[in-house]
Amino acid sequence: MSKIKEAFEKGKAFIAFITCGDPDLETTAAAVRAAVENGADLIELGIPFSDPTAEGPVIQGANLRALKGGVTTDKIFAFVKELRRDVHVPMVFMTYANVVFSYGAERFISACREIEIDGLILPDLPFEEKEDFHPLCRRYGVDLVSLVAPTSENRIAMIAREAEGFLYIVSSLGVTGTRSEIRTDLASIVEVVRQNTDIPCAIGFGISTPEQAGKMAALSDGVIVGSAIIKLLEKYGRNAPDHIGAYVKSMKDAITY
Amino acid sequence: MTNPDGRFGIHGGQYIPETLMNAVIELEKAYNHYKKDPAFNRELTELFNEYAGRPSRLYYAEKMTGDLGGARIYLKREDLNHTGAHKINNVLGQALLAKKMGKKRLIAETGAGQHGVATATAAALMGMECVVFMGKEDTLRQALNVYRMRLLGAQVVPVMTGTATLKDAVSEALREWTSRVDDAHYCLGSVMGPHPFPVIVRDFQAVISKEIRWQLMQKEGRLPDVVIACVGGGSNAIGSFWHFIEDKGVRLIGCEAAGRGVDTQETAATIATGKPGIFHGMKSYFCQDQYGQIAPVYSISAGLDYPGIGPEHAHLHDMGRAEYVPVTDEEAVNAFEYLARTEGIIPAIESAHAIAHAMKIAPDMDRDRIITVTISGRGDKDCAAIARYRGEDIHE
Repeated sequence: MSKIKEAFEKGKAFIAFITCGDPDLETTAAAVRAAVENGADLIELGIPFSDPTAEGPVIQGANLRALKGGVTTDKIFAFVKELRRDVHVPMVFMTYANVVFSYGAERFISACREIEIDGLILPDLPFEEKEDFHPLCRRYGVDLVSLVAPTSENRIAMIAREAEGFLYIVSSLGVTGTRSEIRTDLASIVEVVRQNTDIPCAIGFGISTPEQAGKMAALSDGVIVGSAIIKLLEKYGRNAPDHIGAYVKSMKDAITY
Repeated sequence: MTNPDGRFGIHGGQYIPETLMNAVIELEKAYNHYKKDPAFNRELTELFNEYAGRPSRLYYAEKMTGDLGGARIYLKREDLNHTGAHKINNVLGQALLAKKMGKKRLIAETGAGQHGVATATAAALMGMECVVFMGKEDTLRQALNVYRMRLLGAQVVPVMTGTATLKDAVSEALREWTSRVDDAHYCLGSVMGPHPFPVIVRDFQAVISKEIRWQLMQKEGRLPDVVIACVGGGSNAIGSFWHFIEDKGVRLIGCEAAGRGVDTQETAATIATGKPGIFHGMKSYFCQDQYGQIAPVYSISAGLDYPGIGPEHAHLHDMGRAEYVPVTDEEAVNAFEYLARTEGIIPAIESAHAIAHAMKIAPDMDRDRIITVTISGRGDKDCAAIARYRGEDIHE
């Protein structure tokens, strides 16, 4: 059974995205712990990529800072192994297909299992291309998380039927980044998802305020927040974890009824 | 060569965000429909001939041939097309297709500016909006082309991210497309990116080899022995190769930009120094480090300054059907100057990479052998940069 499910068992889930190594891995560890202590149910750990085409300027900046700081896939694996001593919430990696492919897909995915990474999100791996990694994910018990977008329309059912872990619903067109409003008809998307799968679905892209989180959580099983957290890292650097803790608490409170 | 899911051997595919999937599926359907539509093809041929100035000449470079003392050299003069490069072939096709699909806006990336200028031109002609993404570094190297695009009514967005060159312009154009996917068409400039782009761009560029074939049959009554073209993403090269792929006796050679040399970090020679990867929507060869981080490549040529190569080239390389050779900045600059002095033709610095290789191999070939070299673009845009390379302080 997927461990990711646990994140959704105690009400609406709050999913925090943090780029590993921004500005260094010690800060990432403190940020993850602060998020978990303040109610994050699932942690999405970003492995930085030189050219993150699905990201807006904020997360692009985090990728760049992390790579400049010298973080690598191997260092991140060692870091997660260490983190797993005391962090027990489900964790997934978010990175780009080339990071997994160039490392050797089997070597990468088997390492995920070893360090207790529960899932993998690859924003540049659509349904049609998942055969590159999906059989290996199955073999090693790592959920390959699927995404649906506002433009998915006739594809939602197909994607939902084969979804694993949780389904990532992209709230808006465009790249990651905070937005003042989200206008996509997400209720209709969630309805199609529900008709085709029992796995939980969470909404991400553009969510930054407790009000938005409350609205999105009412529509789905959880919310994913990235850029708003990264902005705190950008602003406070090594002192960001305390701010992240307070922020996560405010967001978690907004989705706890 | 393509199987139904857009693969060339193991290369190609559609590695893009879900947000774009329906857009590429819609594009493929529209393309498959219009490529068989006689009215579409008539309209495109009319644009090729009356607007772009096709067919382009196949010119016998007699002085160059005599000077090198070996194979007979023909130059395929894509530099004589309207807007000065082969890029217009693909752009007219895609713009017409986008218009038929009801799109109002063209998005494009550009390196040297040739594809941006061509896209801005087609947008002006067809009454469409146009936004061109260009690396900040390249806007400085190719300031004249930036002005040209603005003159044609396009908005030019300098891209500051990453290395601020072609790869970053592609990334930014992809990002823009995900936010404007309903009314915008991404007019990709090379045989790269997700399926169906490598197929669409190849088909529109294939006119180059189609013409070389009949022009050479008329002039020499036979096929060439060697076809040479420069390769960045590889659109003029695939266009030059396409109608010869089945003719196993024709050697196909793509010239990659080696920059300061394939044994340095300052190179853009993907086949020589890259390894298989997944980037910008495709599986192919990419210059990257051991963790898959894309390398900051370098070439004097903004148009070849790209860390990847089109998936069909990757496949032709795997099969051994085409050869890919590195050509350094220095060799390309020498060839640039050589062709200007010898034939009175100033080639684009990109095309000069192909000339450089012809200069290497022609002398050792028999005089009854034939080489065609595709002059993919004209070199006016490069004069200031080459002068600076030679230590003359010229600015546009």
